[in-house]
Amino acid sequence: MSAKNKASMVKAGVFFICLVPLIYLIWGLFTENLGANPVETLTRSSGLWALRFLLITLLVSPIRWYTGLTAVVKYRRMLGLYAFFYAFVHMLLYLGLDQLFNIHDIWKDIIKRPFITVGFISFILLLPLVVTSTNKMIKRLGGKRWKRLHRLTYLVASLSCLHFLMLVKADIREPVIYILLLLALFFVRFLHSFNKKKLVTR
Amino acid sequence: QLFKGLSNSPFSTEEEKTDFESITTYNNFYEFGTSKTDPALNATAFPDKFESWKVVIDGECEKPGTYDYDELIKPFSLEERIYRMRCVEGWSMVIPWIGFPLADLLKKAQPNANAKFVEFTTLYDPEQMPGQRRAVLDWPYVEGLRIDEAMNPLTLLSVGLYGKELLGQNGAPIRLVVPWKYGFKSIKSIVRIRFVEKMPQTAWMKANAREYGFYSNVNPNVDHPRWSQAKERRIGEFLKRKTLMFNGYGEQVADLYAGMDLKRYF
Repeated sequence: MSAKNKASMVKAGVFFICLVPLIYLIWGLFTENLGANPVETLTRSSGLWALRFLLITLLVSPIRWYTGLTAVVKYRRMLGLYAFFYAFVHMLLYLGLDQLFNIHDIWKDIIKRPFITVGFISFILLLPLVVTSTNKMIKRLGGKRWKRLHRLTYLVASLSCLHFLMLVKADIREPVIYILLLLALFFVRFLHSFNKKKLVTR
Repeated sequence: QLFKGLSNSPFSTEEEKTDFESITTYNNFYEFGTSKTDPALNATAFPDKFESWKVVIDGECEKPGTYDYDELIKPFSLEERIYRMRCVEGWSMVIPWIGFPLADLLKKAQPNANAKFVEFTTLYDPEQMPGQRRAVLDWPYVEGLRIDEAMNPLTLLSVGLYGKELLGQNGAPIRLVVPWKYGFKSIKSIVRIRFVEKMPQTAWMKANAREYGFYSNVNPNVDHPRWSQAKERRIGEFLKRKTLMFNGYGEQVADLYAGMDLKRYF
């Protein structure tokens, strides 16, 4: 097998693995294994997977810096698009099954309930990242500007964590775990840029 | 123990009952954990069969006392009441409770003129209730009703559902059911009923007074900051349905709140 074939096989493998949560949920839905409130389970799980993929996407660069595994960067776009995909499913479930696509109700809800407002903004901010995810767009924007734009991912991840924290009634353990993970990612990034600066000035 | 030959109540709804499985596996009972599936897993041996359950009735009344479970329910004839249950989180069920009106018990204790409110307390026992080992709420769980709400014929003390004794996750051995209020008002596993003069501070008011008011009547026109209360998802259904004022029990309870600003007294 040629190296190129092998690489595309791995890519297909990663693609499929990222689909597993969705397949699992659909399977659960048809075998009635999603508990007494399947819509809640679907909404919650798709939201959680969106957040998980966001964090995994943000983990790609640190892995490259600290392990030298440069190949991981090849999967970053796919992982990011999966974050959007699960966020889209999450949004669609809310718009359709909670609000029956009633624009008036949806708008009222977004304005009135802070945790929905935050979640909605977070989703909207993902859109420019998706639109500029193609090679063509990277070229058109230029690497530097594209990179700056895509730092938005950190804001989206922060807002997503906040959205999660705000929706919990009393037991905040689960969202706090995600917030700590995100802070760790921020810290790693800070360390990296600090070290880089030191190298330059020396 | 099975309950048989119970009279049905004119207060019962004709709506389709939620299945037993859902009622006993999808619960908010933080004493046994904060996820919906925790109570069914952690309350299998609750309450301890070898210890008698005691309920204290005291405060502003002529005949206070401590009763064990059998003594407490013996004087009353049990009936089945099929009630709608609306959770503050936006979901609902239809549950065939077994119980007797709270008013019957309260009258026996002869509340005096100072008894303006009734305060209820859940058992505090972290040995049996693992959720109490963490300070998610200020334990023990406390709830309250105004005395006229407590005396309303709809207000039920329940000891069973679907013809069987209550399971731990549903608030065994004895719990309150107030069908026109959000579910958290229907306090579970009660050990104390106290007549008081001042409005009790409930567990959820202590946790977040802005979100959880003392009255907490089901009201589609007053939104909760997290959940729009206009609609609800009936367990077993996919799409949401409209929430009814006082959960559809306005005919029996609207008078209790005549002239009150329900946006202020939420």
